[in-house]
Amino acid sequence: MTDFIAQLADRVRDHAARKAPLRIRGGGTKDFHGAPVTGEALEMAGYAGIVAYEPRELVLTVRAGTRVADVEAALAAEGQVLPFEPPRFGEAATIGGTVACNLSGPRRSYAGAARDFVLGARIVNGKGEDLSFGGRVIKNVAGYDVSRLMAGALGTLGVLTELSFKVLPRPPAEATIAFEMDEAEMIEAVNRWAGQPLPLSATAWEAGVLRVRLSGATSAVAAAKAKLGGEAVADGEAYWLAVREQSLAFFDPAKPLWRLSVAQTAAPAGLDEPAFIEWGGGQRWYSGDVPRGAARDAAQRARGHATLFRGGDRTGGVFHPLPPALAKIHRRLKDAFDPAGIFNPGRLDNF
Amino acid sequence: MIAADRRRDALEALALARPPLEAVTEPERLAAFEMDAYIQKRERPLAAALPDDERQVASLVAECARRGVPVVSRGAGTGISGGALPDPEGILLVLTRLRSLHRLDPLARLAQVGPGMPNARVTEQAAPAGLYFAPDPSSQTVSSIGGNVAENAGGVHCLKYGLTVHNVMGVRLVDGEGDVLELGGEALDAPGYDLLALACGSEGNLGVVTRATLKLLPRPEATHTILAAFATVKAGAEAVGRIIGAGVVPAALEMMDRVVIDACERYMALGLPAAEALLLVEVDGGREEALEERGRIEALLVASGATEVRVAATEAERAGLWKARKGAFAALATVLPDYYTMDGTIPRRALPEVLDAIYALGREYGLVIGNVFHAGDGNMHPCIFYDGAVAGELERSEELGGKILGLCIDHGGTITGEHGVGVEKLREMCLQFREGEISAFHDVKRAFDPAGILNPGKAVPTLKRCAEWGGLHVRGGRLPHPDIPRF
Repeated sequence: MTDFIAQLADRVRDHAARKAPLRIRGGGTKDFHGAPVTGEALEMAGYAGIVAYEPRELVLTVRAGTRVADVEAALAAEGQVLPFEPPRFGEAATIGGTVACNLSGPRRSYAGAARDFVLGARIVNGKGEDLSFGGRVIKNVAGYDVSRLMAGALGTLGVLTELSFKVLPRPPAEATIAFEMDEAEMIEAVNRWAGQPLPLSATAWEAGVLRVRLSGATSAVAAAKAKLGGEAVADGEAYWLAVREQSLAFFDPAKPLWRLSVAQTAAPAGLDEPAFIEWGGGQRWYSGDVPRGAARDAAQRARGHATLFRGGDRTGGVFHPLPPALAKIHRRLKDAFDPAGIFNPGRLDNF
Repeated sequence: MIAADRRRDALEALALARPPLEAVTEPERLAAFEMDAYIQKRERPLAAALPDDERQVASLVAECARRGVPVVSRGAGTGISGGALPDPEGILLVLTRLRSLHRLDPLARLAQVGPGMPNARVTEQAAPAGLYFAPDPSSQTVSSIGGNVAENAGGVHCLKYGLTVHNVMGVRLVDGEGDVLELGGEALDAPGYDLLALACGSEGNLGVVTRATLKLLPRPEATHTILAAFATVKAGAEAVGRIIGAGVVPAALEMMDRVVIDACERYMALGLPAAEALLLVEVDGGREEALEERGRIEALLVASGATEVRVAATEAERAGLWKARKGAFAALATVLPDYYTMDGTIPRRALPEVLDAIYALGREYGLVIGNVFHAGDGNMHPCIFYDGAVAGELERSEELGGKILGLCIDHGGTITGEHGVGVEKLREMCLQFREGEISAFHDVKRAFDPAGILNPGKAVPTLKRCAEWGGLHVRGGRLPHPDIPRF
């Protein structure tokens, strides 16, 4: 399989020499994400398989083209999970694409994001160099944290070829409870609970109903249920899967979907479109034609940023614009890692 | 003459910084700033700047960038890899006066603090709200938040609660051109590249932290501490694997070997069990969860052949069990006048093998080595004892240390888990990384600091120096594990 990386590096060098763009692609399940991008497809799904997995080390190393479903099945066989609960948006989703998008699911605000669990990354940069950053150990501060930098870079700095993660045991018990609350009450409640030693692992609010997931030791989940009250939700597992995969009715694929990532305690954003709120108030979805300016203003008031996640008018910037001082650093990093500008050009708006 | 020009440039930059700031330039007063806790080297800076305002930091860095004057930032000076060792041709930027609590928001569970605030002070201030800041480097009563971010500090609770990078939501960072960058913030992510991840652990090379937004966690309802004795280090290491394999992630999982146990016993008379290895396990969380986990761990320890298991029943007993671990380094100072602490991390399964190899190296060099380490995450802290008064012993201890780091790399680990590279492990960076990665690190540095004035010569070696030291990534004339991707 190392031939794959050698051939990939050759192809990158060839494209760099011709300044011919490459559109890096795993399972194609996130083609909708980011700004539109053109270029010859660089298919990564063929570079699949687990490189090393020792459950007792809590460390997993996989090829980037490995399907998330396969990674999670291998972990499940050992009673372990990717703690950031990655959305797949289709069975073909790969682990490389997941990291490139830094996509995390309902557990994010309580367990951490994809970037928090990345321990190492092997990449091919825009000069066709095969580079390895980070490592396969949990604690490592040698060199700048370039592997975490790859999380969320949407492939604009390099082609991810292999990734190492910290993994964790699956919580033995889970339960879901529901409460009737308005948005402001919900924001206060979920943040107050998060400040107490409760085994929270997800929250989701929509149309006056808050659902809360508890995960942990059987005794801890039972005690938290008794303490918080609420109404037991029978099909909790199916519900959180639907939240993760955005398959609930709220996420109407025919409508644009805005994502506001904001301070968890920020007051309701005051947008007219219907909202779906996760992550203890930190991730707020709005479905409908929110004007770009209104979405960005609302996000800024809530000390966060807005992304046109799906659909809508994808020209003119899908991500929140960067202040000049940050844009300057982005430009230099992009020019250093991908001097010919061939990796997913423009997918991260200007980079 | 070059030195005189540098001094003039540095003084000019200091004079032009706005608002005006206090600086120390008298040689006798500068002596206090000559080193951090890496005691093997000292340098006198041209001046020490003592800002009490972020604007002064930004202005001074901008003036220094124009003149090419090096700037080394420093907090409490507790770093042990020499990251805050002054540059003899530069300014030392001392950030201890920027120690305000800007905001404490119990509902949002965050604290915004100046870089000079000591780590433990954050938890003290958050405690009335039932919250705390998780990273707890052993220097935490003194070491400052800015330094914790710069070094991506760890501590004894990383396995469950992560490193500093996992507990910092945002920083304000003055880059090498004097621009103030807002990285991260109150939201759980930020648009664009994850520059916050780069800033954490950048060892003062990418910018100067002027404010940090820290994530606070609810204080666990219950904490249980268990001490187990083992007849061999191998048996202790096996117990660690079994605990984690059983699906338990303890808050802390610490191990001490015979040298350390004996030193603690001599120094503190704690009544520790006689053993080749002691394992200290801590579980925390809700009352029910902690109790359930404690029961499972006790059973696993016994099943792994522990010769004795002690469980703390009270807070006082807990403190007693931790006393050996927390006092270990002070106790070790009684073995010989000087010691040198290493910081490699290895995959946990390799612990017994690497420890055997370390003891063998100790015998070969005729130096005593004690091991106290974070067994849960494979972060080892071998302490090499020497007598600095004996000619050549320091150099031999450093050579031995280099070999131990080589062992860590050969076993798929890293040369530093939490102490940083600084000036101490520059040479070993050439072993862990190849030319391409080292070049990429320099690219990252240039993106933040095009003039190369921030902490020059630290954290990442130049390719030229790697070549002088005998090349990159080649040990004993061959590549270690050429088949394994090096990460």
